[in-house]
Amino acid sequence: MAKLITAPLDRQTARSLRAGDSVLLSGTVYTARDAAHKRLCELAAKGRPMPFPIEGAVIYFVGPTPARPGQPIGSAGPTTSYRMDAYSPTLLRLGQLGMIGKGRRGPEVIEAMKEAGAVYFGAIGGAGALLAQRIQSAELVCYEDLGTEAVRRLEVESLPLTVVIDSLGNNLYETGRAAYLAARR
Amino acid sequence: MRELNARAVAEAVARLSIQANTQLPQDVKAAIAATRRTEDWPPAREILDHIIENSQIGGGLPICQDTGVACVFLEIGQEVHISGNLTQAVDEGVRRGYTEGYLRKSVVADPLNRVNTGDNTPAMLYTELVPGNQVKITVAPKGFGSENMSRIAMLKPSDGVEGVKGFILDAVEQAGPNPCPPIVVGVGIGGTFDKCALLAKKALLRELGTPAPLPFYAELERELLGKINALGIGPQGFGGRTTALAVHIETMPTHIAGLPCAVNINCHVARHATEVL
Repeated sequence: MAKLITAPLDRQTARSLRAGDSVLLSGTVYTARDAAHKRLCELAAKGRPMPFPIEGAVIYFVGPTPARPGQPIGSAGPTTSYRMDAYSPTLLRLGQLGMIGKGRRGPEVIEAMKEAGAVYFGAIGGAGALLAQRIQSAELVCYEDLGTEAVRRLEVESLPLTVVIDSLGNNLYETGRAAYLAARR
Repeated sequence: MRELNARAVAEAVARLSIQANTQLPQDVKAAIAATRRTEDWPPAREILDHIIENSQIGGGLPICQDTGVACVFLEIGQEVHISGNLTQAVDEGVRRGYTEGYLRKSVVADPLNRVNTGDNTPAMLYTELVPGNQVKITVAPKGFGSENMSRIAMLKPSDGVEGVKGFILDAVEQAGPNPCPPIVVGVGIGGTFDKCALLAKKALLRELGTPAPLPFYAELERELLGKINALGIGPQGFGGRTTALAVHIETMPTHIAGLPCAVNINCHVARHATEVL
Protein backbone atom coordinates (compact mmCIF):
# COMPACT_ATOMS: atom_id res chain seq x y z
CA MET A 1 0.00 0.00 0.00
CA ALA A 2 1.49 3.33 -1.06
CA LYS A 3 2.11 6.03 1.56
CA LEU A 4 0.54 9.41 0.79
CA ILE A 5 2.98 12.26 1.31
CA THR A 6 3.05 15.97 0.55
CA ALA A 7 5.76 18.27 -0.77
CA PRO A 8 7.41 20.33 0.56
CA LEU A 9 8.37 17.63 3.06
CA ASP A 10 8.53 18.06 6.80
CA ARG A 11 11.48 16.57 8.66
CA GLN A 12 9.44 13.97 10.49
CA THR A 13 7.90 12.57 7.30
CA ALA A 14 11.23 12.55 5.50
CA ARG A 15 12.86 10.62 8.34
CA SER A 16 9.98 8.14 8.57
CA LEU A 17 10.32 6.91 4.98
CA ARG A 18 12.26 3.71 4.30
CA ALA A 19 13.99 2.40 1.20
CA GLY A 20 11.49 0.27 -0.73
CA ASP A 21 8.43 2.24 0.34
CA SER A 22 5.98 3.08 -2.44
CA VAL A 23 4.70 6.61 -2.09
CA LEU A 24 2.23 8.87 -3.87
CA LEU A 25 3.53 12.41 -3.71
CA SER A 26 1.26 15.44 -3.99
CA GLY A 27 2.03 19.13 -3.65
CA THR A 28 4.75 21.41 -4.98
CA VAL A 29 8.03 20.22 -6.46
CA TYR A 30 10.70 22.13 -8.38
CA THR A 31 12.44 20.93 -11.54
CA ALA A 32 16.19 21.24 -11.98
CA ARG A 33 18.81 19.25 -13.82
CA ASP A 34 22.49 19.73 -14.71
CA ALA A 35 22.65 23.35 -15.86
CA ALA A 36 20.15 24.70 -13.28
CA HIS A 37 21.95 22.88 -10.44
CA LYS A 38 25.20 24.50 -11.51
CA ARG A 39 23.59 27.95 -11.30
CA LEU A 40 21.90 27.23 -7.95
CA CYS A 41 25.24 26.20 -6.47
CA GLU A 42 26.91 29.33 -7.86
CA LEU A 43 24.24 31.36 -6.03
CA ALA A 44 24.86 29.38 -2.85
CA ALA A 45 28.62 29.97 -3.10
CA LYS A 46 27.97 33.72 -3.18
CA GLY A 47 25.60 33.45 -0.20
CA ARG A 48 22.64 34.59 -2.31
CA PRO A 49 19.09 33.34 -1.65
CA MET A 50 17.65 30.46 -3.69
CA PRO A 51 15.05 31.38 -6.33
CA PHE A 52 12.48 29.15 -4.58
CA PRO A 53 11.92 28.10 -0.94
CA ILE A 54 14.61 25.46 -0.35
CA GLU A 55 13.47 24.44 3.17
CA GLY A 56 11.86 20.99 2.81
CA ALA A 57 11.93 21.31 -0.96
CA VAL A 58 11.64 18.35 -3.28
CA ILE A 59 13.63 18.75 -6.50
CA TYR A 60 12.65 16.66 -9.51
CA PHE A 61 15.54 15.95 -11.91
CA VAL A 62 13.57 16.34 -15.12
CA GLY A 63 13.74 18.11 -18.44
CA PRO A 64 10.22 17.82 -19.87
CA THR A 65 9.18 17.91 -23.50
CA PRO A 66 7.31 21.09 -24.54
CA ALA A 67 3.64 21.25 -23.56
CA ARG A 68 1.10 20.85 -26.32
CA PRO A 69 -1.59 23.57 -26.43
CA GLY A 70 -3.98 23.10 -23.51
CA GLN A 71 -1.63 20.79 -21.62
CA PRO A 72 0.37 21.86 -18.54
CA ILE A 73 3.51 19.96 -19.58
CA GLY A 74 4.83 17.37 -22.02
CA SER A 75 6.44 14.04 -21.12
CA ALA A 76 8.19 14.38 -17.77
CA GLY A 77 10.13 11.36 -16.54
CA PRO A 78 13.31 11.42 -14.44
CA THR A 79 16.84 11.94 -15.72
CA THR A 80 19.87 10.02 -14.39
CA SER A 81 20.73 11.45 -10.98
CA TYR A 82 24.48 10.90 -10.63
CA ARG A 83 25.12 13.96 -12.77
CA MET A 84 23.67 16.03 -9.92
CA ASP A 85 25.98 14.41 -7.33
CA ALA A 86 28.43 17.32 -7.51
CA TYR A 87 25.64 19.75 -6.55
CA SER A 88 23.12 17.95 -4.32
CA PRO A 89 25.14 18.10 -1.05
CA THR A 90 25.20 21.92 -1.22
CA LEU A 91 21.41 22.11 -1.61
CA LEU A 92 20.80 19.46 1.06
CA ARG A 93 22.82 21.56 3.50
CA LEU A 94 20.52 24.50 2.68
CA GLY A 95 17.44 22.51 3.70
CA GLN A 96 16.36 20.47 0.67
CA LEU A 97 14.71 17.23 1.88
CA GLY A 98 13.77 15.32 -1.26
CA MET A 99 15.18 14.44 -4.66
CA ILE A 100 13.38 12.62 -7.48
CA GLY A 101 15.44 10.93 -10.17
CA LYS A 102 16.69 7.52 -11.22
CA GLY A 103 19.96 5.66 -10.87
CA ARG A 104 22.75 5.48 -8.34
CA ARG A 105 24.00 8.28 -6.04
CA GLY A 106 27.55 8.77 -4.81
CA PRO A 107 28.70 8.32 -1.21
CA GLU A 108 29.06 12.09 -0.71
CA VAL A 109 25.37 12.56 -1.53
CA ILE A 110 24.28 9.73 0.76
CA GLU A 111 26.34 11.20 3.62
CA ALA A 112 24.77 14.62 3.08
CA MET A 113 21.32 12.97 3.00
CA LYS A 114 21.97 11.28 6.34
CA GLU A 115 23.06 14.57 7.90
CA ALA A 116 20.03 16.42 6.49
CA GLY A 117 17.51 13.63 7.08
CA ALA A 118 16.67 13.68 3.37
CA VAL A 119 15.18 11.15 0.95
CA TYR A 120 15.98 10.10 -2.62
CA PHE A 121 12.96 8.93 -4.59
CA GLY A 122 13.01 6.96 -7.83
CA ALA A 123 10.46 7.68 -10.55
CA ILE A 124 10.13 5.19 -13.39
CA GLY A 125 12.70 6.06 -16.03
CA GLY A 126 11.22 6.00 -19.50
CA ALA A 127 7.64 6.47 -18.28
CA GLY A 128 7.49 10.19 -19.05
CA ALA A 129 4.00 10.10 -20.55
CA LEU A 130 2.52 8.33 -17.52
CA LEU A 131 4.22 10.68 -15.05
CA ALA A 132 3.06 13.75 -17.01
CA GLN A 133 -0.55 12.77 -16.31
CA ARG A 134 0.08 13.36 -12.58
CA ILE A 135 1.30 16.93 -13.11
CA GLN A 136 -1.46 19.52 -12.76
CA SER A 137 0.49 22.67 -13.56
CA ALA A 138 3.95 23.90 -14.49
CA GLU A 139 5.12 27.46 -14.00
CA LEU A 140 8.49 28.96 -14.89
CA VAL A 141 10.54 30.03 -11.86
CA CYS A 142 13.85 31.06 -13.44
CA TYR A 143 16.56 30.34 -16.05
CA GLU A 144 14.20 30.45 -19.05
CA ASP A 145 17.26 30.64 -21.31
CA LEU A 146 18.01 27.01 -20.40
CA GLY A 147 14.91 25.81 -22.26
CA THR A 148 13.93 22.36 -21.01
CA GLU A 149 16.51 22.78 -18.21
CA ALA A 150 14.80 25.86 -16.72
CA VAL A 151 13.56 25.69 -13.11
CA ARG A 152 9.79 25.15 -13.00
CA ARG A 153 7.34 24.88 -10.13
CA LEU A 154 5.13 21.82 -10.60
CA GLU A 155 1.92 21.03 -8.79
CA VAL A 156 1.69 17.25 -8.71
CA GLU A 157 -1.10 14.89 -7.67
CA SER A 158 -0.26 11.34 -6.59
CA LEU A 159 3.07 11.11 -8.38
CA PRO A 160 4.01 7.40 -8.06
CA LEU A 161 7.50 7.09 -6.56
CA THR A 162 9.65 4.56 -4.74
CA VAL A 163 11.98 5.45 -1.88
CA VAL A 164 15.39 4.35 -3.21
CA ILE A 165 17.68 5.78 -0.51
CA ASP A 166 16.34 6.79 2.89
CA SER A 167 17.71 9.13 5.56
CA LEU A 168 19.56 6.25 7.23
CA GLY A 169 21.39 5.44 4.00
CA ASN A 170 19.46 2.23 3.22
CA ASN A 171 19.63 1.69 -0.53
CA LEU A 172 16.98 -0.20 -2.52
CA TYR A 173 19.41 -0.74 -5.41
CA GLU A 174 21.36 -2.98 -3.04
CA THR A 175 18.62 -4.43 -0.85
CA GLY A 176 16.04 -5.03 -3.63
CA ARG A 177 18.49 -6.91 -5.77
CA ALA A 178 19.81 -8.92 -2.81
CA ALA A 179 16.28 -9.85 -1.76
CA TYR A 180 15.44 -11.05 -5.27
CA LEU A 181 18.63 -13.09 -5.58
CA ALA A 182 18.10 -14.60 -2.10
CA ALA A 183 14.52 -15.59 -2.99
CA ARG A 184 15.73 -17.28 -6.16
CA ARG A 185 18.19 -19.50 -4.30
CA MET B 1 19.28 7.12 -62.75
CA ARG B 2 16.34 7.94 -60.51
CA GLU B 3 15.95 11.57 -59.42
CA LEU B 4 14.95 12.33 -55.84
CA ASN B 5 14.60 15.77 -54.33
CA ALA B 6 16.20 16.27 -50.94
CA ARG B 7 12.93 17.84 -49.78
CA ALA B 8 11.36 14.36 -49.78
CA VAL B 9 14.11 13.23 -47.42
CA ALA B 10 13.43 16.20 -45.12
CA GLU B 11 9.72 15.39 -45.02
CA ALA B 12 10.39 11.73 -44.24
CA VAL B 13 12.87 12.56 -41.47
CA ALA B 14 10.32 14.92 -39.89
CA ARG B 15 7.60 12.24 -40.00
CA LEU B 16 9.90 9.53 -38.66
CA SER B 17 11.20 11.72 -35.80
CA ILE B 18 7.65 12.19 -34.54
CA GLN B 19 6.61 8.58 -35.15
CA ALA B 20 9.67 7.09 -33.42
CA ASN B 21 9.23 9.27 -30.34
CA THR B 22 5.51 8.76 -29.88
CA GLN B 23 4.88 5.15 -30.94
CA LEU B 24 6.89 2.29 -29.52
CA PRO B 25 7.71 -0.29 -32.25
CA GLN B 26 5.60 -3.46 -32.18
CA ASP B 27 8.65 -5.70 -31.60
CA VAL B 28 9.60 -3.74 -28.48
CA LYS B 29 6.04 -3.85 -27.15
CA ALA B 30 5.97 -7.62 -27.73
CA ALA B 31 9.33 -8.10 -25.97
CA ILE B 32 8.18 -6.13 -22.91
CA ALA B 33 4.88 -8.06 -22.80
CA ALA B 34 6.82 -11.35 -22.99
CA THR B 35 9.08 -10.44 -20.06
CA ARG B 36 6.04 -9.37 -18.05
CA ARG B 37 4.74 -12.95 -18.42
CA THR B 38 8.00 -14.53 -17.23
CA GLU B 39 8.89 -12.02 -14.47
CA ASP B 40 8.16 -13.64 -11.09
CA TRP B 41 9.26 -10.86 -8.69
CA PRO B 42 6.21 -8.79 -7.63
CA PRO B 43 7.86 -5.32 -7.46
CA ALA B 44 9.36 -5.94 -10.90
CA ARG B 45 6.00 -6.94 -12.34
CA GLU B 46 4.49 -3.71 -11.02
CA ILE B 47 7.15 -1.63 -12.79
CA LEU B 48 6.67 -3.53 -16.05
CA ASP B 49 2.93 -2.83 -15.78
CA HIS B 50 3.66 0.90 -15.47
CA ILE B 51 6.01 0.71 -18.46
CA ILE B 52 3.32 -1.03 -20.56
CA GLU B 53 0.71 1.53 -19.46
CA ASN B 54 3.12 4.34 -20.41
CA SER B 55 3.52 2.98 -23.94
CA GLN B 56 -0.27 2.96 -24.41
CA ILE B 57 -0.97 6.58 -23.46
CA GLY B 58 -0.61 8.00 -26.98
CA GLY B 59 -2.18 11.34 -27.84
CA GLY B 60 1.06 12.42 -29.46
CA LEU B 61 2.81 12.55 -26.08
CA PRO B 62 6.40 11.31 -26.35
CA ILE B 63 6.94 7.94 -24.65
CA CYS B 64 9.99 9.37 -22.82
CA GLN B 65 10.89 13.01 -22.21
CA ASP B 66 14.42 12.37 -23.48
CA THR B 67 13.50 12.42 -27.13
CA GLY B 68 17.16 11.98 -27.80
CA VAL B 69 19.68 13.05 -30.31
CA ALA B 70 18.37 12.07 -33.76
CA CYS B 71 20.52 9.28 -35.15
CA VAL B 72 19.68 9.10 -38.85
CA PHE B 73 20.78 6.22 -41.05
CA LEU B 74 20.47 6.61 -44.81
CA GLU B 75 20.96 3.65 -47.13
CA ILE B 76 21.18 5.31 -50.52
CA GLY B 77 20.77 3.22 -53.66
CA GLN B 78 23.59 4.00 -56.06
CA GLU B 79 21.06 4.38 -58.91
CA VAL B 80 19.51 7.40 -57.13
CA HIS B 81 20.57 10.98 -57.69
CA ILE B 82 19.52 13.33 -54.90
CA SER B 83 19.13 16.97 -55.90
CA GLY B 84 19.62 19.57 -53.21
CA ASN B 85 21.75 19.49 -50.08
CA LEU B 86 21.19 16.13 -48.39
CA THR B 87 22.81 16.93 -45.02
CA GLN B 88 20.84 20.17 -44.75
CA ALA B 89 17.67 18.30 -45.70
CA VAL B 90 18.16 15.78 -42.90
CA ASP B 91 18.71 18.59 -40.38
CA GLU B 92 15.67 20.41 -41.74
CA GLY B 93 13.65 17.23 -41.15
CA VAL B 94 14.92 16.98 -37.58
CA ARG B 95 14.19 20.67 -36.97
CA ARG B 96 10.61 20.34 -38.24
CA GLY B 97 9.89 17.01 -36.59
CA TYR B 98 11.18 18.10 -33.19
CA THR B 99 9.37 21.46 -33.37
CA GLU B 100 6.03 20.33 -34.83
CA GLY B 101 5.99 17.18 -32.69
CA TYR B 102 6.59 19.05 -29.40
CA LEU B 103 9.72 16.98 -28.85
CA ARG B 104 12.53 18.02 -26.52
CA LYS B 105 15.52 19.89 -27.90
CA SER B 106 18.45 18.17 -26.23
CA VAL B 107 21.46 19.14 -28.34
CA VAL B 108 24.14 21.67 -27.36
CA ALA B 109 26.23 23.27 -30.10
CA ASP B 110 29.55 22.79 -28.35
CA PRO B 111 30.43 20.01 -25.90
CA LEU B 112 32.24 22.34 -23.49
CA ASN B 113 30.49 25.68 -23.98
CA ARG B 114 27.08 23.99 -23.97
CA VAL B 115 24.55 26.32 -25.57
CA ASN B 116 21.40 24.55 -26.77
CA THR B 117 20.93 24.69 -30.55
CA GLY B 118 17.19 25.12 -29.91
CA ASP B 119 15.99 22.76 -32.64
CA ASN B 120 17.72 19.46 -31.82
CA THR B 121 20.03 19.74 -34.83
CA PRO B 122 22.40 18.54 -36.03
CA ALA B 123 21.42 14.92 -36.58
CA MET B 124 24.00 12.18 -36.09
CA LEU B 125 23.95 11.23 -39.77
CA TYR B 126 25.29 8.03 -41.32
CA THR B 127 25.14 7.44 -45.06
CA GLU B 128 25.85 4.21 -46.82
CA LEU B 129 25.78 3.44 -50.53
CA VAL B 130 23.88 0.28 -51.42
CA PRO B 131 22.75 -1.31 -54.71
CA GLY B 132 19.38 -0.28 -56.12
CA ASN B 133 17.29 2.84 -56.75
CA GLN B 134 15.68 3.42 -53.36
CA VAL B 135 16.59 5.35 -50.24
CA LYS B 136 15.97 3.72 -46.86
CA ILE B 137 15.71 6.17 -43.98
CA THR B 138 15.84 5.13 -40.33
CA VAL B 139 15.48 7.61 -37.50
CA ALA B 140 16.56 6.26 -34.11
CA PRO B 141 16.28 8.89 -31.36
CA LYS B 142 18.89 8.03 -28.72
CA GLY B 143 18.50 9.07 -25.10
CA PHE B 144 21.63 9.74 -23.12
CA GLY B 145 20.74 8.06 -19.84
CA SER B 146 21.60 4.83 -21.60
CA GLU B 147 24.13 6.28 -24.06
CA ASN B 148 26.26 7.44 -21.10
CA MET B 149 26.46 3.84 -19.85
CA SER B 150 28.02 2.60 -23.11
CA ARG B 151 31.62 1.41 -23.32
CA ILE B 152 34.32 0.31 -25.72
CA ALA B 153 37.42 -1.82 -25.14
CA MET B 154 40.34 -2.71 -27.38
CA LEU B 155 40.66 -6.29 -26.16
CA LYS B 156 43.55 -8.58 -27.09
CA PRO B 157 43.03 -11.54 -29.45
CA SER B 158 44.10 -13.78 -26.53
CA ASP B 159 41.14 -12.46 -24.49
CA GLY B 160 38.91 -14.39 -26.88
CA VAL B 161 35.21 -15.03 -26.43
CA GLU B 162 35.56 -15.21 -22.64
CA GLY B 163 37.09 -11.73 -22.60
CA VAL B 164 34.24 -10.43 -24.74
CA LYS B 165 31.61 -11.98 -22.47
CA GLY B 166 33.31 -10.59 -19.37
CA PHE B 167 33.48 -7.10 -20.83
CA ILE B 168 29.80 -7.09 -21.84
CA LEU B 169 28.61 -8.40 -18.46
CA ASP B 170 30.79 -5.87 -16.66
CA ALA B 171 29.34 -3.03 -18.76
CA VAL B 172 25.80 -4.08 -17.79
CA GLU B 173 26.81 -4.48 -14.13
CA GLN B 174 28.46 -1.04 -14.04
CA ALA B 175 25.40 0.50 -15.71
CA GLY B 176 23.13 -1.08 -13.07
CA PRO B 177 19.97 0.99 -12.57
CA ASN B 178 21.20 4.07 -14.46
CA PRO B 179 20.09 3.32 -18.06
CA CYS B 180 16.44 2.57 -17.10
CA PRO B 181 16.38 -1.23 -17.28
CA PRO B 182 15.05 -3.35 -18.84
CA ILE B 183 17.64 -2.54 -21.47
CA VAL B 184 18.59 -3.61 -24.97
CA VAL B 185 22.30 -4.43 -25.25
CA GLY B 186 23.88 -3.61 -28.61
CA VAL B 187 27.29 -5.18 -29.09
CA GLY B 188 29.88 -4.57 -31.80
CA ILE B 189 32.84 -6.92 -32.17
CA GLY B 190 35.66 -6.37 -34.66
CA GLY B 191 36.49 -3.63 -37.15
CA THR B 192 38.42 -0.61 -35.95
CA PHE B 193 37.79 1.57 -32.86
CA ASP B 194 35.25 3.70 -34.75
CA LYS B 195 33.60 0.94 -36.81
CA CYS B 196 33.15 -1.18 -33.69
CA ALA B 197 31.17 1.55 -31.93
CA LEU B 198 28.98 2.00 -35.02
CA LEU B 199 28.32 -1.76 -35.13
CA ALA B 200 27.10 -1.60 -31.53
CA LYS B 201 24.74 1.26 -32.38
CA LYS B 202 23.45 -0.53 -35.49
CA ALA B 203 22.85 -3.65 -33.39
CA LEU B 204 20.17 -1.64 -31.56
CA LEU B 205 18.23 -1.20 -34.82
CA ARG B 206 17.69 -4.92 -35.34
CA GLU B 207 14.15 -6.11 -34.65
CA LEU B 208 13.92 -7.56 -31.13
CA GLY B 209 13.51 -11.31 -31.18
CA THR B 210 15.57 -11.73 -34.35
CA PRO B 211 18.80 -13.58 -33.56
CA ALA B 212 22.15 -12.95 -35.26
CA PRO B 213 22.31 -14.81 -38.59
CA LEU B 214 25.38 -16.88 -37.68
CA PRO B 215 24.50 -19.71 -35.23
CA PHE B 216 27.72 -19.08 -33.21
CA TYR B 217 26.67 -15.49 -32.49
CA ALA B 218 22.98 -16.36 -32.04
CA GLU B 219 24.07 -18.79 -29.32
CA LEU B 220 26.36 -16.18 -27.77
CA GLU B 221 23.44 -13.70 -27.68
CA ARG B 222 21.24 -16.28 -25.99
CA GLU B 223 23.93 -17.15 -23.42
CA LEU B 224 24.63 -13.48 -22.61
CA LEU B 225 20.92 -12.65 -22.24
CA GLY B 226 20.60 -15.51 -19.76
CA LYS B 227 23.64 -14.34 -17.77
CA ILE B 228 22.48 -10.70 -17.76
CA ASN B 229 19.02 -11.71 -16.54
CA ALA B 230 20.63 -13.74 -13.75
CA LEU B 231 22.36 -10.60 -12.38
CA GLY B 232 19.18 -9.64 -10.50
CA ILE B 233 19.34 -5.91 -11.37
CA GLY B 234 15.72 -6.01 -12.58
CA PRO B 235 13.41 -3.32 -13.94
CA GLN B 236 14.63 0.12 -12.78
CA GLY B 237 17.31 -1.66 -10.72
CA PHE B 238 14.91 -2.52 -7.89
CA GLY B 239 15.62 -6.27 -8.28
CA GLY B 240 14.09 -8.89 -10.53
CA ARG B 241 14.67 -11.13 -13.48
CA THR B 242 14.07 -8.64 -16.29
CA THR B 243 17.31 -6.69 -16.70
CA ALA B 244 17.57 -6.96 -20.49
CA LEU B 245 15.04 -7.52 -23.28
CA ALA B 246 17.66 -8.62 -25.80
CA VAL B 247 21.35 -8.83 -26.63
CA HIS B 248 22.20 -8.09 -30.27
CA ILE B 249 25.71 -8.75 -31.58
CA GLU B 250 27.06 -7.39 -34.87
CA THR B 251 30.51 -8.34 -36.11
CA MET B 252 32.96 -7.52 -38.89
CA PRO B 253 36.52 -8.44 -39.86
CA THR B 254 39.31 -6.93 -37.81
CA HIS B 255 43.14 -6.68 -37.62
CA ILE B 256 45.36 -9.64 -36.63
CA ALA B 257 46.42 -7.68 -33.52
CA GLY B 258 42.99 -6.61 -32.32
CA LEU B 259 39.67 -7.59 -30.77
CA PRO B 260 37.64 -4.37 -30.41
CA CYS B 261 34.40 -4.74 -28.46
CA ALA B 262 31.78 -2.02 -27.96
CA VAL B 263 28.62 -2.08 -25.87
CA ASN B 264 25.90 0.46 -26.69
CA ILE B 265 23.05 0.30 -24.20
CA ASN B 266 19.49 1.34 -24.96
CA CYS B 267 16.66 1.69 -22.47
CA HIS B 268 13.33 -0.12 -22.85
CA VAL B 269 12.14 2.81 -24.99
CA ALA B 270 14.05 1.26 -27.90
CA ARG B 271 12.90 3.68 -30.57
CA HIS B 272 13.40 3.52 -34.30
CA ALA B 273 11.24 4.14 -37.34
CA THR B 274 11.98 3.44 -41.00
CA GLU B 275 10.65 4.51 -44.41
CA VAL B 276 11.75 3.62 -47.90
CA LEU B 277 11.59 6.33 -50.58
